Amino acid sequence: MKRADIKICLLRVGGTNCDAETKRSFEALGAKADIVHVNELVKQRNLIEYSALVFPGGFSYGDYVRAGAIWAKWILAKLGKDLEAFVDDGRPILGICNGFQVLVEAGLLPAFEGVSQQPEAALANNVRGYSCRWVYLKHENMDKCVFTWKVPKGMVLRMPIAHGEGRFIFPKEKEKEFLKKLYDNDQLVFRYCNGDGEYAEGGFPENPNGSFHDIAGICNPEGTVFGLMPHPERAFYWWQQPDWTSKKRMQEYGDGKLVFESLIDYLERKG
Amino acid sequence: MKYRLKIHVSLKLGHSDPEGETTARLLRELGYKVENVSVGKVYRVLLEADTTKEAERKAEEMCKRLLANPTKDDYAIVVEETK
Repeated sequence: MKRADIKICLLRVGGTNCDAETKRSFEALGAKADIVHVNELVKQRNLIEYSALVFPGGFSYGDYVRAGAIWAKWILAKLGKDLEAFVDDGRPILGICNGFQVLVEAGLLPAFEGVSQQPEAALANNVRGYSCRWVYLKHENMDKCVFTWKVPKGMVLRMPIAHGEGRFIFPKEKEKEFLKKLYDNDQLVFRYCNGDGEYAEGGFPENPNGSFHDIAGICNPEGTVFGLMPHPERAFYWWQQPDWTSKKRMQEYGDGKLVFESLIDYLERKG
Repeated sequence: MKYRLKIHVSLKLGHSDPEGETTARLLRELGYKVENVSVGKVYRVLLEADTTKEAERKAEEMCKRLLANPTKDDYAIVVEETK
């Protein structure tokens, strides 16, 4: 597929945010990106025209019931079949922050045995409440995730988080079993660490929410559905970093660009 | 017939409960000998159903489909007939 023919669907609903930044990130790489309200998608039923789908960040439906739950169940009820066809066709889906919560609540992640009827994980309330800060992430994925295949394994990336419910957990009795599955299937993508790449081991503020195993982002077994709590679109340009003026070496882009670039290059090569 | 449902969703034991822990700390500061606080949510639902059994089944379904995430939540349902 030619880069200019790539068309990304950025979903919008009351309470979503950073859709404009996400659109700009894709467009800076030469792809098209439409911000589409979910009601419009339900009316047009044209999801399949898009090369990839993005659930952006925010606080959809006021984070009522649980963050991401209402949007997830709503979209399954209205567009479940379209979404299933999209996933089965191997078309990539990205969930950023609230989008990650939606993917987990919808059973699209971790989706060990395919899309699950009920969530297999949860993004619970942070141990220290709402947190908005820059964090370091270590890339753990071997080569499965289409959103990070251009990032070398072990690379440390810097991105901001801004959430109150981002503590990734598995059912207590299944922690070991599910963690092993994440490793066996190459589904682990980002873990919180310090600037030197040492794992946070649950310590604050490196692990900002108390996530199990310092998990910040995972993909499905196929590597086509990816969710993460940090915001790559808020780290697309170098100057989005709060301390960029004091950096010794000036660059044009920040680490978040790698996520968008990986996807666009993947779609381009996929044909 | 209309039924009143009281659906109580609470955190499963073993998961940390930051809201409960913070509340417990303050209650202790206020002088109470509080050992533990667990925070949950109550949904009061007015539901149309033919029988109590059907109302219970629907409430259970609501928990599974939306109100509780089995990874972290337990739930308890009380069904009352309205007069």
